Amino acid sequence: MSVLTRRNFVKAAAAATTLPILGGRAFAADPLKVGFVYLGPIGDAGWTWAHNKGRLEIEKALGSKVVTSYVENVAEDASAVPVMRDLVKQGNKLIFTTSFGYMDQTLQVAKEFPDVMFEHATGFKRDKNVSTYNSRFHEGRAVLGTIAGMMTKSNTIGYLGSYKVPEVVLGINAFTLAAQAVNPKVQVKLVMIDSWFDPAKEAAATETLANLGCDVITTHTDSPAALQVMEQKGLYGFGQGADMSKYAPHAHLTAIEDIWGPYYTSRAQAILDGKWTSTDTWWGMKEGTVKISPYNAALPKEVAAAADKIQAGWKDGSYSVFTGPIAGQDGKEKVAKGVRMEDKDLAVIDWYVNGVQSS
Amino acid sequence: MNLDFIISALVTVIGVSTPILLAATGELVVEKSGVLNLGVEGMMLIGAIAGFAITNATFNPWAGVVCAAAAGALAALLFGILVLTLGSNQVATGLALAIFGIGLSSLIGQGYEGTINPPFASIFPYALAHHPYWRVLFGHSPLVYFAFFMVFATGWFLNRTRAGLVLRAVGENDLSAHSIGYSVIGVRYLAIAFGGALAGVAGAYFSMVITPLWAEQMTAGRGWIALALVVFAGWRTSRLIFGAYLFGFLMTLELYAKASGYHVMPSQFWASMPYLMAVVVLAVISSRERGRSQAPACLGRPFLPTS
Repeated sequence: MSVLTRRNFVKAAAAATTLPILGGRAFAADPLKVGFVYLGPIGDAGWTWAHNKGRLEIEKALGSKVVTSYVENVAEDASAVPVMRDLVKQGNKLIFTTSFGYMDQTLQVAKEFPDVMFEHATGFKRDKNVSTYNSRFHEGRAVLGTIAGMMTKSNTIGYLGSYKVPEVVLGINAFTLAAQAVNPKVQVKLVMIDSWFDPAKEAAATETLANLGCDVITTHTDSPAALQVMEQKGLYGFGQGADMSKYAPHAHLTAIEDIWGPYYTSRAQAILDGKWTSTDTWWGMKEGTVKISPYNAALPKEVAAAADKIQAGWKDGSYSVFTGPIAGQDGKEKVAKGVRMEDKDLAVIDWYVNGVQSS
Repeated sequence: MNLDFIISALVTVIGVSTPILLAATGELVVEKSGVLNLGVEGMMLIGAIAGFAITNATFNPWAGVVCAAAAGALAALLFGILVLTLGSNQVATGLALAIFGIGLSSLIGQGYEGTINPPFASIFPYALAHHPYWRVLFGHSPLVYFAFFMVFATGWFLNRTRAGLVLRAVGENDLSAHSIGYSVIGVRYLAIAFGGALAGVAGAYFSMVITPLWAEQMTAGRGWIALALVVFAGWRTSRLIFGAYLFGFLMTLELYAKASGYHVMPSQFWASMPYLMAVVVLAVISSRERGRSQAPACLGRPFLPTS
């Protein structure tokens, strides 16, 4: 009988399956799996797009040492819990939950899996394996407010908000205070549309604000729809989360860009080095998480110069837009003259400053 | 509160109401034939990306609208095959179509983030379309006039033509219509395709007129509101316009109130409304008291001929 029998073949194949074990020790440890929970689609050209850019930065920086994955369009309710559990079961050891509304769900899942590290964006509750991180968007808002205050002719500025959470309130307040610093007559009309992303409603709300006399409108919602309306009407506006100038070449004065790459890479590296601990990080212009897009070429020189001065002030720490005297909407002083509001008060702020017209 | 202000507000109202009116008109015809298609949201999104993509490729918005209608009709026909030929449950299949439409449109739309088209603007002369006062009549996209035309045409078709009578008969008493010799399944297929086509055009309104960009799930629940509108209009086209504009008026009023510092309705009401509407619709349609309801008697029930 020849050696080439089926029995011999199967024996040889079974023996061959043990070969990889011999070579196993030569390879590096399994790559770190990093998971991301996104609020919207990566194509929103704004918030989620910027987070995804950060994720791609991790891959670029750490190459084969990491494997990243993501889940889009995760609602900010109980349905986020199974999504997070699923990411854990897939082997992810570092999970970023990229919106305020995932706060309680993150903590709940973190308790169930104490050896998985969680990073929650824009929240304020932590645990042994839950960090929070935020970006000082309000530093960018102060720059926008300065530009808006100088560019408005009607002294009425529109602000399209989403939900009344600290991040949004901070932005509104920073914007208003900065605008009033260059133009004391400014009033800010605030409309909350109760959604981070609804292009048709954003467009309708922008038309509403325009009809009520606003000639500069800024948004805290994630689509460029508002900018398109502003371009049509010949008004001025700002991009949110990313440079949106291609949607509105005349209307787009500048934008706040979220740059998450450096922070994300540092956290992944911390796990690889075994040095990860629960932290609360609030980086801003100085560390590079907030970037201001190039100004519109038509922006007057003195406005650009004023905006540059604000940016420099944030970067070297000499300037804070939240320096007293600051009054609440009722006119009563809440922060005394010369006092700088501290981070812990800013993180949970729930009141608007004087000059914000809200419902 | 001068005329300029009122005109601007009216233009916003018209913009908000038109897509709902379009989608509801299509769905009304479908429901009149006895089929409940809950997948309006999915068909709208498929129409939205189809319209956007074709307009982007051909620079011809009319081609975009036609393709949006065709895409919506195709998606609806998929639903039709499952429900009419294969006999699956209409509610479940409709919901599946909605979810499928969201996913498919997002998949196709992935290459279009960041792309912009010129809006499908008014075809009237520039002076009329941008006139401070006359723009309320002449400044709209052709789709607005199309929506009005379709509502009246559909009403005329259903109530004054023989074909419309057949369609209504199929929806009221399919077994009798079948015994007379009409093809119940055939009529329902046509109605479903028509409903899908109009839903596709409604979706195209979002991606070609309101905000000429593509964003995933950009219809944001309007399909569910269109479904509810059909019920609230009592399956009569005459009340559809009233209902759609009432919704548009309320949403615009809410925005104006907020921007002026007043509080008309709790803000969570708006966020939950599309889904509240869907629940109410299903409750009304499932109600046992058919005599009181004006719903087509065979709505939602599969056609099971004994012969």
